[in-house]
Amino acid sequence: MDSKKVNGSGNGGNTANEWRVKVGLAEMLKGGVIMDVTNAEQAQIAEKAGACAVMALERVPSDIRKEGGVARMASIKIIREIMKTVTIPVMAKVRIGHFIEAEVLQALEVDFIDESEVLTPADEENHVWKHDFRVPFVCGARNLGEALRRIAEGAAMIRTKGEAGSGNVVEAVRHMRTIVSQMKRLTTMRDDELMHQAKELDAPLDLIRQVAKTGKLPVPNFSAGGIATPADAALVRRLGAEAVFVGSGIFKSSDPEARAKAVVKATTHFEDPKAVLEAHEELGEAMRGLDVRQLEEKDLLSTRGW
Amino acid sequence: MLRPYKDDDLKIGILAVQGDFAAHAAMLAGMGIETVEVRTREDLAGCDGLILPGGESTTQLQFLQEEGLYDAIKKFAADKKAIFGTCAGAILLASEVKNPHQESLGLLDMTVLRNGYGRQVHSDVVSGPSTLKSEPMEMVFIRGPIFERVGPGIEVLAEYAGKPALVQKEHVLAAAFHPELTNDTTVHQRFLELAAQKSHHSIAR
Repeated sequence: MDSKKVNGSGNGGNTANEWRVKVGLAEMLKGGVIMDVTNAEQAQIAEKAGACAVMALERVPSDIRKEGGVARMASIKIIREIMKTVTIPVMAKVRIGHFIEAEVLQALEVDFIDESEVLTPADEENHVWKHDFRVPFVCGARNLGEALRRIAEGAAMIRTKGEAGSGNVVEAVRHMRTIVSQMKRLTTMRDDELMHQAKELDAPLDLIRQVAKTGKLPVPNFSAGGIATPADAALVRRLGAEAVFVGSGIFKSSDPEARAKAVVKATTHFEDPKAVLEAHEELGEAMRGLDVRQLEEKDLLSTRGW
Repeated sequence: MLRPYKDDDLKIGILAVQGDFAAHAAMLAGMGIETVEVRTREDLAGCDGLILPGGESTTQLQFLQEEGLYDAIKKFAADKKAIFGTCAGAILLASEVKNPHQESLGLLDMTVLRNGYGRQVHSDVVSGPSTLKSEPMEMVFIRGPIFERVGPGIEVLAEYAGKPALVQKEHVLAAAFHPELTNDTTVHQRFLELAAQKSHHSIAR
């Protein structure tokens, strides 16, 4: 693909500097909460509650799960309205591998694109080659190999996949623990063992070597998928997430405004149990959750992409 | 690598509510400076200087107001302790915020236009002249603000495209860009000098 054509901003195309501003924006979102919203009113509630960004969607994951059918990029009208309403960064989702949807969202000037397993994949083999874009991408991962493959393709932020729309944090926990322990393991290895790890994890050697040296992903590492309460948010933060995405958890609860605020509070004060207690104090009923083990293989979102 | 101070010389607080506080901590660690993450008023006590990092100013502002840090930071400034704001942090320091209007600490007499260069696709790495060094200063702008007007007595230390990009008045320093995302320690060095002036440690020993 002709990258000049994609990078319509005509900004010189220094790829090293483009990469720095892409990862830079991800860096700015650290410590915060990114909330799924489906209209301007929700976006405003999210911003007022202290969200550091919003994800503009047509349907939240739990509704996508319920209603079925093909889930695609959201309607431009909805995204545009949300962009007009809030001053915080606006993200939007594209289907895995659907680089035209991504070009459209870049032309619309959304601030971040989520190449997301929550939407129905457009390509079962190839993800978007994200280096071609000036707008930064976030991608989901279940393990270190998957995270590093996405980074090699140009993702400027990684998030756990979790099991979106389930209201059940178990998969996000599994994915975060897996990624963190795989990274830790690499730091204990000799140089001559790393090629084998590149083969085992199915990830590029240069990125494996980088992680072995730093013990961290080369881009910010966030968590998503099933986070429904302040305590859930604090839990994934304690396990290593540098920020949190909350999807259906806020606007499918009985008290979106209070819950949004409470999740923000617990995300910042994740190391202070008293603050997490205070965050829970005023809350009503959380969204109804699903037992992930009762879901059939075909209903799992986290197994989409590779 | 510059290592002008010993670990026990200066204690710098970094507001760690939301934003790139880790990038500031990494830069100062590389300069041999101890930092503490500031989330409460208690964290701020005992700091010789405070950094307000980049991030989302709306998010940070709400947090400051709710946690009582808003007034604590004003008091910190009134005690003539050094404060350094980058991007969102600079917005919080300004006396007037536009696009849209937003409340701010008002510690620097200037008008700031939020997201002055537009959305993320227009973010870029540029450079501009600075009085702090002979070569142009590298500047990383990420959804950055424009310092539209600076009041009398505010010193402009660097410019980009004819607009002030790094400004200082006494012990308060503000950058529209992110020096913490570069390898250039010049701006942080200036901030540490300001912090050292107030603390009982002397910079020139």
